Amino acid sequence: MIKNGVGREIPEYLEHIGKLVPYENAFSIMPEGNKVGSKLKRQLPHKSKLISSIKEAIKACGLKDGMTISFHHHLRNGDYIINMVMDAIASLGIKDLKLAPSSLNPCHAPLIEHIKNGVITSIETSGIREPLGTAISQGILPNPVVIRSHGGRARAIESGELKIDVAFLGVPCCDEYGNANGFYGKSAFGSLGYALVDAKYADKVVLITDNLVDYPCLPASINQSQVDYVVKVGSIGDPKGIVSGAIRFTKNPRDILIAENAVKAIEASGYFKNGFSYQTGAAGASLAVTQFLREKMINQNIKGSFALGGITSQIVQLLEEGLFKGIFDTQCFDLDAVRSIGQNPKHFEIDAATYASPFNAGCIANYLDIVMLGAMEIDTDFNVNVISGSDGIISQAAGGHQDTAAGAKMSVVLAPLIRARIPIIVDKVTTVVTPGETVDVIVTDYGIAVNPRRQDLIDRFKEAKLKLYDIEELKEIAEKITGTPERIKFKDKIIGVVQYRDGSVIDVLREVDDA
Amino acid sequence: MARLRRTMMYVPGNNPANIMGAHLYGADSIMFDLEDSVSIREKDSARFLVYYALKNLDFGNTETVVRINGLDTPFGRKDLEAIVRAKPDVIRIPKTERAKDVLEVESIIAEIEEKAGMEVGTIKLMAAIESPLGVINAFEIAKSSKRLIGIALGAEDFVTSMKTTRSKDGLELLMARSQVLMAARAANIYALDTVFSDINDDEGFIKEVELIKQLGFDGKSVIHPRQIPLVHKVYAPTEKEINHALRVLDAIKEAEEKSSGVIALDGKMIDAPIVERAYRTLELAKASGLYEGDN
Repeated sequence: MIKNGVGREIPEYLEHIGKLVPYENAFSIMPEGNKVGSKLKRQLPHKSKLISSIKEAIKACGLKDGMTISFHHHLRNGDYIINMVMDAIASLGIKDLKLAPSSLNPCHAPLIEHIKNGVITSIETSGIREPLGTAISQGILPNPVVIRSHGGRARAIESGELKIDVAFLGVPCCDEYGNANGFYGKSAFGSLGYALVDAKYADKVVLITDNLVDYPCLPASINQSQVDYVVKVGSIGDPKGIVSGAIRFTKNPRDILIAENAVKAIEASGYFKNGFSYQTGAAGASLAVTQFLREKMINQNIKGSFALGGITSQIVQLLEEGLFKGIFDTQCFDLDAVRSIGQNPKHFEIDAATYASPFNAGCIANYLDIVMLGAMEIDTDFNVNVISGSDGIISQAAGGHQDTAAGAKMSVVLAPLIRARIPIIVDKVTTVVTPGETVDVIVTDYGIAVNPRRQDLIDRFKEAKLKLYDIEELKEIAEKITGTPERIKFKDKIIGVVQYRDGSVIDVLREVDDA
Repeated sequence: MARLRRTMMYVPGNNPANIMGAHLYGADSIMFDLEDSVSIREKDSARFLVYYALKNLDFGNTETVVRINGLDTPFGRKDLEAIVRAKPDVIRIPKTERAKDVLEVESIIAEIEEKAGMEVGTIKLMAAIESPLGVINAFEIAKSSKRLIGIALGAEDFVTSMKTTRSKDGLELLMARSQVLMAARAANIYALDTVFSDINDDEGFIKEVELIKQLGFDGKSVIHPRQIPLVHKVYAPTEKEINHALRVLDAIKEAEEKSSGVIALDGKMIDAPIVERAYRTLELAKASGLYEGDN
C-alpha cells in the first residue's frame, strides 16, 4: 500500500486491473506516447450496413468472450439500448465481458442478472446509480470497477487504456449508411458528446436507431466513415426518462438561499466581468444560480464568452438573449436545449475529449472561469465525494466534477450543510473523487468557506464584506445539530478504483459491511 | 436600540427540516407554530420538537417566538409547561379577545418561571387579535401586561367573523388594522400586520406591504422565506431619507458642541419626533445593508 497525494492507501497492484499509479497532484502526470486508433476498415462499394436485428449485429461484429463493449448515457434513465443489447448478448451465450458505458442509471437494474450469470465481469464507467450500485458495493462483480470522470474516460479511450471492441450507440436520427445526430426524432436528446469518442475509437461501431431517415442524415455528428452497422428498432428509449421539459426554476427556499450565497461569491470573485465563462449543473441550486446570475449580467451589462457543460433551458436563454456568445455542449438536459442545439450554430456540440480530457492540446474545461459543482460529502481538506452515499454505497456519478474543478479559475461547490439529517462537511470523505487542491469555494445555506490555498479569493470576498467561515467552523455548526455520525464500516475487499482524470488512482472503493 | 420586527416568519412546529436553519433567511423574528399549522395528532411531537430546537440550536440574533395553542384547548397549558422552559424570546397567544386572555397566560408563565428557577418576567408576550371582539378590545389588550411587546392582527378568522373575505386592496381590514395599530401605539408596543397567503403573487404582496408600512405597522407576518426580502425592501429607507437622517444627527451633534439649545437644519427647527424618525431611519438602513454606521 502507498499513501497517495490525498492521503489514501492505494495498493500498488490490483488483480484484473494491473499496476496502479497513485494520485500525486492535479497536474503531476506528463502523458507519453500517441493516441490509438480504431482498426482500419473496408466497406465494398454500395454494400448495405443495415442489419435486421441487434442479435445479428452482435454476430456480425464478431463479439467474443472477454471483449469490451461500450454505450453512451445520453438516453439517461429512459435508456433501452443497454438492456436490449445485453439481453441479446446473453442469449448468444457470450460471457466475461467488460462493460464500459459513459454512465449507468437506475433503469439498468437488469444488469445485476447479467453479472450474476457471468455475462458481465468488469465495469468501467463514470457513474453507477441504484440498485446496481448497491449490488456492486456488496461485491457482486468479480473484477473491480473503474470509475473515471468524463474527461478521464475520453483520455482512457484515446490513450488505449480503455480499448473498446464494439460500441453500441443509440441514435435518434440516422441514415442507413451510418450518418447520425441526436437532434431530431421522437427520442431526440441533443448532443452526442459522450458517444462521439466511442464512435471514433471503437473497433466496431453499431448504431441503433428508432428513426431511420433518408440518406443523408445531416448534420452528421457521427459520420458514416466510423460506422459498421445500423440497426432499426421500435424505440431506443422512454421519452419520459430521456429529457425533461424545460427544467423549472426551483422554489425550494434552501436551494435559493445557497444560490444567492453563490452569486454573491461569483460577483465578488473578480472573475465576473465581460468575457467570463461559466458551467453549472441541473440541480435546484445550480439552476437558481444561473437565474440570479442572469439578473446580475443584465443589471451590470456584463456579457459572457461561453457556457459549457450539460445544458439546460436557462443557459439557452442566456445565449438567445445575447448574454453569452456561445455554448459548448456535451449533453442536453432538457427539451429547450435539444431544440437549441438542433437549430443554433452558436450552440455547439463537442465530444467528451474536447470537453474535458487532460491529455490533448487544450480541453474547454481548462479554459473555464467559473464552475458550479455539487457534493455528497466535503471534507475539511476540501476533498469532495460525488460517488458514494453516506452509507458507503456507490450511487452517484463522477461526471465532469474532477475535470472542471481542475480546469476552472474558480470551482464552487454548492451543498446544503445538512442533507436529510446527515452533515455534508466531514473530517474525511468516504471516497475522494475530486482533490481538495482543485476545490476553491464551498457555498452552503449557512455560509461560505474558502480553501486557504486561495488567499486571493479570501481577500476579495472580505473586501466585498461576505461573511466567511472556516471549513472547520461549518463542520462544527452541522455536527452541533446532527451529532457526529459513526464512520461507515467496510470490508477489506477492494471492489473498485476511482481514477483521477489523468489515470492515477485517487481512491479505492471497498465492499460495504452489512453486519 | 429598539429591535426591528419588520418580518416574523411562520415555521410549522412539526417540520424539523424547516425549523433547522429557519434563521438563515434573514427574518427579524421566527415564529415556531404549535397552533393552526399543526394537526391535532401532531401536537405533542411538535411541542417536543420546538422545545428541543430552542434548547439545542443556535438561531443567532434572530428573535425566537412560539405560537402556543389557546388555553381553551387541551394543548395550551402543556405548550406553556414545555416551551417556557426552553426560553424563547417571546410566546405568542392566539385569538386574544380580552385583557384577561393575556393575564391568564402571564400568570401561568410566571408560575412556571418560578418553578424552573428562571427570573420571573424572562419570557415576553405577543397577542394575536383575530376577531371583532379582539379588535374592539385592542387597547385594553395592548396595555394588559408589561410582558407584552406587541400585538398582531390575524386577518383570516377576522374576515370570516365579519362575513366577508379578503380583497386585494384590503378595504375590509382598514378599520381593524387602524384600530390594532392605534392601540399598539397608545400602549407603546409593536404592531404587526397579518399574513399574505399567495406566495406567488409578489406584486400583490408588495402592494399590501406598502400599505401597512404607510399606515405605520412595524412589520408583517410572513409565511415563506421568499416574502422576507420583499418586506425588507419596502421598509428600506431611500438614500435621500438616510442622508437627511445623518444630517439631522450631525446638526444635533453640532448644537451639543456649541451648547446651543435650539437645533435647526435648513432653516427648520429639529424637534423630538424628527430626531426619533432619524434614528429609526438609520436603524432600518443598517438592517437593510444600506448604511454601516460609525465603525
